[in-house]
Amino acid sequence: MWANLARFLRHRGLVQALVVRDLKARYRGSVLGFFWSFANPLLLLLVYTFVFSVVLDGFRPVDIEPYALFLFCGLLPWTWFSSGLTEAGNSLVVNGNLIKKVLFPAEVLPVVAVVANMVHFLLALPILVAALILLAPAAPRLSELVWFPVVVAVQLLLTLGLGLFLAALTVHFRDIKDLLANVLTLWFFATPIIYPMAAVAGRGPEIAGLGPLGKVLMDLNPFAHLAISYQEILFYDGPFGHWKWLLALAAGGAMLFAAGYAFFDRLRDSFAEEV
Amino acid sequence: MSDAVISLRDVSKLYRRYAYQRRFSTLKSALLKGSLASDLRPHEVVRAVDAVTLAVPSGACVGLIGRNGSGKSTLLKLVTGITSPTSGSVEVRGRVAALIELGAGFHPEISGRENIFVNGVMLGRGRREIAKQFDEIVEFAELEDFIDAPVKTYSTGMYMRLGFSVAVHVDPDILVVDEVLAVGDEAFGQKCRDKFSEFKRRGRTILLATHGLNMVERFCDEAIWIDAGRVRAQGDPRRVVHAYTTDVARREEEDIAMKDRRALAAVADLAAVPAAPAAGDGAPRGGEGAGPPGDGAPPGASAAAADRTDPGEGTAAEDGTDAGDGTAAEDGTTPGGGASRGDGAAPGDGTSGEASPGDEPPPGRESSPGDGEVPVPQDMFQATEGRWGAGPVRIERVTIERGGNAAHVFQTGDRLAVRLGFHTPEPVRDFVFGIGIFSADGTCCYGTNTDVEGFEPVELSGSGEVVFAIDSLDLVEGTYKLDVAAHTRRGVQYDYHRLLYTFRVKSHTKDAGIYRPRHQWTFSPNARFGPPPEPVGGGS
Repeated sequence: MWANLARFLRHRGLVQALVVRDLKARYRGSVLGFFWSFANPLLLLLVYTFVFSVVLDGFRPVDIEPYALFLFCGLLPWTWFSSGLTEAGNSLVVNGNLIKKVLFPAEVLPVVAVVANMVHFLLALPILVAALILLAPAAPRLSELVWFPVVVAVQLLLTLGLGLFLAALTVHFRDIKDLLANVLTLWFFATPIIYPMAAVAGRGPEIAGLGPLGKVLMDLNPFAHLAISYQEILFYDGPFGHWKWLLALAAGGAMLFAAGYAFFDRLRDSFAEEV
Repeated sequence: MSDAVISLRDVSKLYRRYAYQRRFSTLKSALLKGSLASDLRPHEVVRAVDAVTLAVPSGACVGLIGRNGSGKSTLLKLVTGITSPTSGSVEVRGRVAALIELGAGFHPEISGRENIFVNGVMLGRGRREIAKQFDEIVEFAELEDFIDAPVKTYSTGMYMRLGFSVAVHVDPDILVVDEVLAVGDEAFGQKCRDKFSEFKRRGRTILLATHGLNMVERFCDEAIWIDAGRVRAQGDPRRVVHAYTTDVARREEEDIAMKDRRALAAVADLAAVPAAPAAGDGAPRGGEGAGPPGDGAPPGASAAAADRTDPGEGTAAEDGTDAGDGTAAEDGTTPGGGASRGDGAAPGDGTSGEASPGDEPPPGRESSPGDGEVPVPQDMFQATEGRWGAGPVRIERVTIERGGNAAHVFQTGDRLAVRLGFHTPEPVRDFVFGIGIFSADGTCCYGTNTDVEGFEPVELSGSGEVVFAIDSLDLVEGTYKLDVAAHTRRGVQYDYHRLLYTFRVKSHTKDAGIYRPRHQWTFSPNARFGPPPEPVGGGS
């Protein structure tokens, strides 16, 4: 296991080369090219802002202003998370010829999928910065901003762990792909991205000793902690108060990654036969 | 053994097949049936490689040969580490480059240049190393003008060349090659071979799985014949290749014999209807033990010949039940010739075969274009296999023979005899025997009959044989079918067998056309060639 992990670190160069290849290939042949990395989140932001500011004006939580900025803080990381998982899940099946015909470290493929989407996320950050400058009533404090890379790292760990599980399972069960798409949609709406945590935390019947159902569900949802962390750091005023949850999530993410890697390793020999 | 760079010890690889053939199984069904855990366990195993032990010394070039699905590719995958063995150990020392699929991992959207770097990294090299060799790689692939175009715009050949070029420039200690030379054009194949020769010169180890037996013989130091996952033979390439081709020929024999049996069985049913009156005493099928040899042997046939027809019929592959017998006999007699049944008969065969037509012909009627009829009228060239004719003469058995034994696979230049066993319930005074050889595409390679060759029929009665012998079968490699016929001089068919008998001609020379005339080349001293090639073809 540890030997494999050490070997995994030796594949840095390969991951890097493949990520660059993916990024180059993705927009090759399109007119706007890399601009799509900016344009996609911007358009997504416009759509959501339009829906919740114009179409569903009354349903929008009133105390969140500016709403577009709030939305953006959660939406960008979610996009990375969901497309990273989707692509990681498919990565082994799509690159079957690499696994069957070339001596190739299979774990690199889901990792590349997750990392490539992280790069997209990072490329879209300038838009977030611009939005902060234009819309935010007050600039986020530096003491909060230092947490930002930590949140990104925790999310990376979590996504990698899940991605390894999904990739290995998809080889054996091809319908994970369809299942995942729906689970992700549900997960999106079950996460405080388009609404604030406060809107659901008090809902539902009381669970013995743990608080209302709404809060329990949110506490159990790993991405909720990430979204809240992003929002607290970038959107809300005041000190970053969610750090305990974030560190707990980091520990959980590390465990998930280790478990995902072990699971992947366990099924490794079946890939070349089953892909 | 000590300097072996590849050593496999008792290696087996089992491929697992899972429950319910679930190649495209779904999680849903697994959950519904509660069989998730059991589905992830193998259900049935296929032994692709079975207890193989072998060692490849450093600097050797080893060829793996064997039929499709014999386990060659799996063995290569085990050596390269793409799959791991189910049991046993694989030890490989040195950097391995696997040419198992060329250009695997190329991304179609990005340029050849970028793909070279990415592919190089995939094969375990640093970017700087690749940059150093970049020009060489491009030049070898002959893609200077296209290197910045996306790979998706490449032709298959360009794609393969680039894949090959990247892979061989990794400069491996061990090169593992799987049948890649089959792709690409002749020039590319030559280039690959040259590259391999260069590797060989530099003392690198090459493990090559191929169907190109010539290549194995010329190029490899050792050959390994894999059959059903096991090492069937190993050692000197010429010896191993010979053993392998012998086995292939034997399988072909069986295969053709079986197909002929099937074709014959199909038409025998059809022929039973019009032939009903004639079939009473000597039905085409099932007359094996009963009639022909016993009742009135024809005047020309000796007792020995009559004796021989009995077992001969067994191998003639006329009856489905004889399959086991026929093949077993074939096995025994082919290599040693020591089996009891063929021995005595073989010489007798040849002489009686030649003698019977030999004493009849009135010499001097060499060409008679007008009166003779070619056995196959023009419209019959369109006819597919079948059997027709009104009797009373029946051709009851047809065997294609070599040296008195039924055979279906010949070498160019071999001696071939077609033995027709006929029977007629009433004496006939007007009869012609004809024969036609057709290539697989229906071209008539040769057709003749006793009439055009000037044999004057006098009388045909009872049962007997006609042997058509070709001293040297000068046909090029291919599969051929036979027409045989008995008819009147005016062309009224007694019994016509259309394309019911098959034989295959093999040749070491890949010459073209249909017919190989006996020939030789002579050169003036200033047209210099290397040492003359081995004599090709069987008896020529």
